Amino acid sequence: MSSHLETNRPSGSTEESSVPEQASVTAPVTDPAGASHRMAMHRPRLPRWAPWLVAAVAGALSALVALTFGWNVAGWAILAVVLYAVVLPGWSRLVENARTAKDRLVTTLVWCAFAVALVPLVALVTKVLVEGLPVISGDFLTFSMRNVIGEGGGIYHAILGTLLITLAATVISVPVGLMAAIYLTEYGDNGRTARTLTFLVDVMTGIPSIVAGLFAYALFVLFFGEGVRLGIGGAVALSLLMIPIVVRACEEMLKLVPHDLREASYALGVPKWRTITKVVLPTSLAGIITGITLAVARVIGETAPLLIIAGSTDSVNMNLFAERMMTLPVFIYYSYTQPGVPAEFGQERAWGAALVLIVIVMTLNLLARAVGRHFAPKSGR
Amino acid sequence: VTASTAVTNRPRGKQRPGDRVFAGATRAAGYVILVALAGVAVFLIVEGLPALGADEKTLSGASNLAAYVWPLLFGTLLAALLAVLIATPLALGVALVISHFAPRRLAGPLGYVVDLLAAIPSVVYGLWGLAFLGPRLFPVYDWFAEHLGFVPLFAGPASATGRTILTAAIVLAIMILPIITAITREIFAQTPRLHEEAALALGATRWEMLRLAVFPYARSGIVSAVMLGLGRALGETMAVAMVLSASGVISLNLISSTNPSTIAANIALGFPEATGLRVNALIASGLVLFVVTFVVNFAARSIVGRRDRRMA
Repeated sequence: MSSHLETNRPSGSTEESSVPEQASVTAPVTDPAGASHRMAMHRPRLPRWAPWLVAAVAGALSALVALTFGWNVAGWAILAVVLYAVVLPGWSRLVENARTAKDRLVTTLVWCAFAVALVPLVALVTKVLVEGLPVISGDFLTFSMRNVIGEGGGIYHAILGTLLITLAATVISVPVGLMAAIYLTEYGDNGRTARTLTFLVDVMTGIPSIVAGLFAYALFVLFFGEGVRLGIGGAVALSLLMIPIVVRACEEMLKLVPHDLREASYALGVPKWRTITKVVLPTSLAGIITGITLAVARVIGETAPLLIIAGSTDSVNMNLFAERMMTLPVFIYYSYTQPGVPAEFGQERAWGAALVLIVIVMTLNLLARAVGRHFAPKSGR
Repeated sequence: VTASTAVTNRPRGKQRPGDRVFAGATRAAGYVILVALAGVAVFLIVEGLPALGADEKTLSGASNLAAYVWPLLFGTLLAALLAVLIATPLALGVALVISHFAPRRLAGPLGYVVDLLAAIPSVVYGLWGLAFLGPRLFPVYDWFAEHLGFVPLFAGPASATGRTILTAAIVLAIMILPIITAITREIFAQTPRLHEEAALALGATRWEMLRLAVFPYARSGIVSAVMLGLGRALGETMAVAMVLSASGVISLNLISSTNPSTIAANIALGFPEATGLRVNALIASGLVLFVVTFVVNFAARSIVGRRDRRMA
């Protein structure tokens, strides 16, 4: 049965794998085309291996052409895909019918879109690994750029700055975001304030990061005068970007908590706020931590606001409330665009820092998913 | 929702001080967010207004603020629209692969891989676009300039570094792809199964099923996803600042070395060294960007309403 579905209509796999009964519903309906061995009169179909055959032939042919004309891999791939996209629907058009041919063409295009979308990811990660890995060393991670000209130096000051500023941003965003989420789910009652707030939080997720940086600058310039550069300013800018993410993540998680739990708690005479802090929050804690970690991962790579308000420096600065503070993204930006003379050392350091930054972000992402998977409540999605 | 309404509407017993304090604190947090959003507008206006009196020297030759911001706004819109044009078909394809084409077991991991694109910091995209993508696109641009030079978009001459507005738009497209994909794939997956099966039962091919059942259902979601992607592309800073070799002109020539700049990139490039009224001018341009992205996001969110707000 399942093989029928797959041969005559690849889409069957979606239905078939989800609910077994549904397959038995769909299969007889699609039979006219599929049950070739039972009906004498049936529409001819391409064999199951037709796409593979066409792919192999297209690949081989274009390899031949590419070798003859000395094309690179990109040229080969493009020619192969074009050949495939012409030959398979063409064959289908001849043997099957125009509608199936169109379906096959669309299937090819859709998978092509997917492959094209993956190319930059692979290219980018490879490039960063190739350029960055040789740079990473103990010295690179534990030295700052103070008094370094040319070779040597490291990103200690930038890692420290990134961690401190992101930590400060988290300290600001989590209480505000979590409390606002509690207000929306527990107290808002879907009233006007709550609806306005949810809508504006949604809109706020779209604030450009550079605008957040300008906001922090415009705020701090009132107190500290022109040209202010402070680590805490960066934290304020990042929190503006982080709060909406935290609110949404927490709100989703709080909504997942079954109402029975709250009712049970009320029935025991527990006040509402104790119910929230002792029942609702612990139940959704894993999801909230996941959401917050993802939010941190989202803002830790932000460059523009920090470029504006945290500035850049070569030295270690542990004080959020005084002087400029270097961060990893800003370090990458300046090391590559203003590498000094000779340029190669600065650019090497930029790739190394980019690798470190990607590793940090990916680790946070994986951590978040691991937490989410391990402790997720079994109900809901 | 019903339960919590019932809870608050029931005859109130003892109002405990703890309850009142906690409820007040949560409401305050909500207001802090509203105040912060209003604060963005207010502070940008306060710091941007003085730029109205700026002279030509601070505005890089423009006679007034509008003349200064307009070319930047043009570049911003051009880059963002190009990015959306490139990203939308790809994103729809990727979303369809994950929701309808890939085997169920593969769909989850594939979705995660696409999400990884969103996790890469924008400055790394900038680095990659500048050092890797740009130089590799030069032969393509050269070919465009040679064979399609009669089209104003490809008038050329091709930039040898590849640091053109088209490269910037391609990088932007890669960056907004995961956003559009995430929202559209969620909506595709929400298509009522019965609609899909009804289409298949009528003998539709998979593509006809998508056109009959899935796309009509997902139309508003797709529009809003694309607009959210547009909003993100409008405000994206570092990738453009690093990739684009900008000279502040207004030009539709996508592959030459004289490109319009974008508001965000112009701020990022100019702000660290700016002093005096120049700072105010940059903040004023930031205000324009804020208003544009706010309007785009506002419209996007209004279209899809509250139903699909799960997606980031």
